[in-house]
Amino acid sequence: MSTITGKAQRVSEHWPGILAIVLALAVWQIYAIFIIKNPFLLPGPLDVLNAFVSLLQEGRLLIDFRVSLTHFAIGLGAALLAGIPIGIAMGWNSRADEFFNPLIEILRPIPPLAWIPFAIIWFGFTPVSAGFVIFMGAVFPILINTYTGFRGVPRIFVEAGRMLGCTGTWSQIRHIAFPAALPSVISGVRIATGVGWMCLVAAELFGVSNNGLGKDLWFFYDIHQMDSVVVFMLLLGLIGLVIDMIFRYYIEGRFLKWRTGEVA
Amino acid sequence: MGGLEIRNLSQSFARDDGSRLVVLENISLEVADKEFVCILGSSGCGKTTLLRMIAGLDTAESGAILLDGKEMHGTSDKVGMVFQEYSLFPWRTVIDNIAFGLEMQGMKKEERYRVAEEYLQLVNLAQFRDSYPSQLSGGMRQRVAVARALALDPSVLLMDEPFGALDAQTRNMLQTELLEIWEKTKKTVIFITHSVDEAVFLADRIVVMTPRPGRVCRIFPVDLPRPRDRTGPKFAEVRREVLDLISQKCSIQ
Repeated sequence: MSTITGKAQRVSEHWPGILAIVLALAVWQIYAIFIIKNPFLLPGPLDVLNAFVSLLQEGRLLIDFRVSLTHFAIGLGAALLAGIPIGIAMGWNSRADEFFNPLIEILRPIPPLAWIPFAIIWFGFTPVSAGFVIFMGAVFPILINTYTGFRGVPRIFVEAGRMLGCTGTWSQIRHIAFPAALPSVISGVRIATGVGWMCLVAAELFGVSNNGLGKDLWFFYDIHQMDSVVVFMLLLGLIGLVIDMIFRYYIEGRFLKWRTGEVA
Repeated sequence: MGGLEIRNLSQSFARDDGSRLVVLENISLEVADKEFVCILGSSGCGKTTLLRMIAGLDTAESGAILLDGKEMHGTSDKVGMVFQEYSLFPWRTVIDNIAFGLEMQGMKKEERYRVAEEYLQLVNLAQFRDSYPSQLSGGMRQRVAVARALALDPSVLLMDEPFGALDAQTRNMLQTELLEIWEKTKKTVIFITHSVDEAVFLADRIVVMTPRPGRVCRIFPVDLPRPRDRTGPKFAEVRREVLDLISQKCSIQ
């Protein structure tokens, strides 16, 4: 009984949002058919749906999806592998902080897309090349948030740990500092996935790879199939949303369960 | 065993102008095995500094601390500590907090849960086994902190105003509970407080400290039988003696 009312409540909560989407689609369709009357300038939602179905049937979308996810995984994976250890070192050890800090402050403001020429020269037209551009976008949010998290570990936890036999540096990082810093690390990774996803499109646009959602978006622009371009735009947005939702609900729910009910 | 000897302990810190601020001056104190000692003093008298040095968290400038005749350096499994602030690890459940020290010793999961559960029951929190610290009240958190410190079976338990942040009712209840636990486990306890009432209720002996620099002013034995009645005339008498001592001999000159 309660689940039914719960569901009904959820629908009633969301109906203004659903209504807005339906209205937008209707306005878009009417505007495209009766006012613009040119699917090149503005393809309507039905054109887009058609394009989506045929792209899906061709198998093209699946390939693009796989390739883009590969690029993304390479970039984000490398960013995690580099960002977390360096962030830990800098946050936990002031010597490492002094060592890395100037270098990072110089590299960090360079827009990730400015690395595209070198990505191509160093890695050619390979997935690694696109991954590198994503890496440049994703590594700094991860690194900085890991650093901040480790800087902010309350001293009382370290001392309580010492009283309980947790004394070595490695042991303190693993059992005290890392779990204490995890909320900050995870929010850094979440920011990094957003930045990385934006870099992905740009990296593929510039011909870094032969497939991928961003690459094909550009390709269909070149052959003036704007309905397909919209398909890729929407897909990129949706996948970005799904990635963020995985973070919000799965990762935070699983690793940060202890924070529910905490004010901090 | 948990006989503790503090020999000529001194500590000072550098001030900004280059001079030195003497925090503790020549503290000597002997605490017998299984004794309950309260260190009483106003804030800034160096009592927390003293406790941190006994804990091994800070190093004294000069002097020595001996446990059962052996000089101590740094932290040790034989000395447990309950802090003034909430020090439970918020990312661990109650049972995993209590089992933390055992985990550090490399004890197997089943075994350490078995031990941890004993201590969980000792502090009467069995139904909160899988709760997170944020779900507990302040008093419950400090009880878990006591269980966590005791789980390693230390011979000395240090307590730094552990009930200072709690309301009066909860504090009284926890004092009674602490004495029960102490009767059962028979640890040497060094308990820091600024409350005369608390010290008279808990201690075998009260060490009264003077501030700036911190010195042992007087050691005051409390010969009242336990359980002590806070409202009884004898309790009031002892409390007045301690208060007189503080105001006449052990305040800032």
